[in-house]
Amino acid sequence: MSATETAPAPAFEEIVITTRRGVTAPVRVYEPAGGASSGAATVLALHGAGGWLGDEPVLAGLAGAGLRVVAPVWPAWSEHTDEDRLSDMQDFALHGWDVATEMGLLRADGAAELHLMGHSMGGMIAAEMAALAPQSVARMALLCPAGMWLGDHPIPDIFAMLPYQLAEVLFADPNVGEEVLTGGADFSDNETLTRFMVARARQQGMAGKILFPIPNRRFSERAYRVTVPTLLVWGRQDRLIPPAYADAWQAALPDATVELVDGAGHMLPYEQSAAVVAAVTSHLSG
Amino acid sequence: MTVKFCWFNLMPWPDLPDDFKTEHRSVWVDIDGSLFDPERANGVYHEYMDQLEFADELGFDGIGVNEHHQNGYGIMPSPNIIAAGLARRTSQAAICVIGNSIALYNPPHRVAEEFAMLDCLSGGRLVAGFPVGTPMDTNFTYGQIPALTREKYYEAHDLIMEAWTNPDVFAFDGKYTQLRYVNCWPKPIQQPHPPIYIPGGGSIETWDFCLENDYNYSYLSFNGYLAGQTLMDGYWNRVGELDKSMTPGRAGFAQIICTAATDAEAEELYSEHMLYFFNRCLHVFPGFADPPGYRTVKTIQAGKLDQFRKENQALFKRLTWKDLVEGGYVIAGSPDTVRERMEDMIKRLRVGTVFCLLHMGNMPDWKTRYSSQLFAEKVMPGLRGIWGDEFADAEDWWCKPMDDRVRPEDTMADARRYPEAPKGPVA
Repeated sequence: MSATETAPAPAFEEIVITTRRGVTAPVRVYEPAGGASSGAATVLALHGAGGWLGDEPVLAGLAGAGLRVVAPVWPAWSEHTDEDRLSDMQDFALHGWDVATEMGLLRADGAAELHLMGHSMGGMIAAEMAALAPQSVARMALLCPAGMWLGDHPIPDIFAMLPYQLAEVLFADPNVGEEVLTGGADFSDNETLTRFMVARARQQGMAGKILFPIPNRRFSERAYRVTVPTLLVWGRQDRLIPPAYADAWQAALPDATVELVDGAGHMLPYEQSAAVVAAVTSHLSG
Repeated sequence: MTVKFCWFNLMPWPDLPDDFKTEHRSVWVDIDGSLFDPERANGVYHEYMDQLEFADELGFDGIGVNEHHQNGYGIMPSPNIIAAGLARRTSQAAICVIGNSIALYNPPHRVAEEFAMLDCLSGGRLVAGFPVGTPMDTNFTYGQIPALTREKYYEAHDLIMEAWTNPDVFAFDGKYTQLRYVNCWPKPIQQPHPPIYIPGGGSIETWDFCLENDYNYSYLSFNGYLAGQTLMDGYWNRVGELDKSMTPGRAGFAQIICTAATDAEAEELYSEHMLYFFNRCLHVFPGFADPPGYRTVKTIQAGKLDQFRKENQALFKRLTWKDLVEGGYVIAGSPDTVRERMEDMIKRLRVGTVFCLLHMGNMPDWKTRYSSQLFAEKVMPGLRGIWGDEFADAEDWWCKPMDDRVRPEDTMADARRYPEAPKGPVA
């Protein structure tokens, strides 16, 4: 969809917060269907290295199913330039909790009522958050998370790919992928290309702090702490982090189930949104 | 001041196949391991080191080496090994290590130690380069996180400089390196430290770093002096803005040079080797050139992005000898032609140090020596005095060797002597 078409009102409200560390970034809030947020369970949702795209069908779908979705825009994926304050995996995971604190998502008595969800890089961060504070998490859904490395299934190096090569490894259908990734932008225009390259440098540069050169910051050594019921959703045609990783995650986590989705690659939330919404809703309602 | 000429060898692999550009993805990072022949390398390394020693004999002011990893045009992951050999077998020329990629050494203090060793071995002839390093070397080969590379580089720099200048044992509490007892041992002869050269490929942030510390900024590109002028003009503007001296010694430039008896002979002798270099050695997969986070936003906004377009991947132009000479990539011809263009280059770019790339690609030994000798005897003398005597700080960017240093020509014959009991009573 191009920006000039008339779009419906967004399904979310965006607010800007500053964490106690001093990081300023926007947060999307999707209120549950029906409008009343009191009493609805809350999902803290973390995006992958591509950031939030458009209205995010999965987030809107979860809200439609009665969940309140709080979806931070990670530092570097907005115009706020505080990304230099986060350097490593620990900083990233603590930033997730800082956002939850700032948004009032944690109960004073520490009881677990917050759900976590994350896609790819966001799944890696959500899993680390759960390892840090499992008592504060009710249930978790990870959509083809990064964070492990299997020597027999090396993950293609997205940092050495040219922009036009990405769709092929990210989507089950690369033609659909090209459109989703670029929004139909014209890269023969120098200004568009420069804007794209600057955003790429900031965002993928930030992602590289936990994904480069190997997307493994030894989570598997901490996975034993993640006792929360966890659903792993994976696209059967994932050519970036292939489904063999679903088995590795399931083996590493104390309480995990796997759901494989047909017709989806690594960008599963955009390729099979309805299936993801159904699986995640079912899991989170326990 | 005199212009300093440094004879530089990148140490390319000379046997990349004819179909390298079409059948191989990249000369760097994931270059096909089967193309390297270790037994052939025995001769290649010695030939290249012999040439560097010959350059000392010819009277070049410096002989230069640099650091690349997993690279078909630079088989020198450790320039310090080569420099140590040169320090033992030469006595006049500066040993220019341009340089050590300081963010890659663990701990970076290793550079302080090895450079101090080289300075002692060479009698104070070291010129010390501190490159940030290319993405191919630093990120893809040595695994440094692109967005943190610069921060790590600056921290490594601070550690090394304090190791050289702080006379006491000190603790270093860095983000990337923590050392409880830093005590550089040995220490460099040149005090407070050897001259520092920062090779830059076009990152404009590097200018201020050089100027704040009074380091030499050397633009090392293979695109020649005409293409380099915009960048060097920007550098000199910045020198003026920061109210620093306009001494040419603050800047260096790398230039490919081919000298022959006539212009026609230059083409005949060197053309194929230049084309080998440009069409095979520079065949780098573009995905390795710009990992996100390595270049700053400012540099991206100032730079060219053409290489990232799909259509430009397919239409990679094959350069001809004419393109190379007219475009200033290569300064080639008779001594008169070369002198004239070199003078133009030195003045346009306002440089005090020239890194002379007189061996390139698969150039055979005799041609390298022929070109180098002609340059040293018929070109260099007429260029040294270009800048006259007007700069009081003219020599601040060059090494200061000991006068009474050990000279290998005096000691080599004696090095293999058999023991002889000292005269008189044994203690």
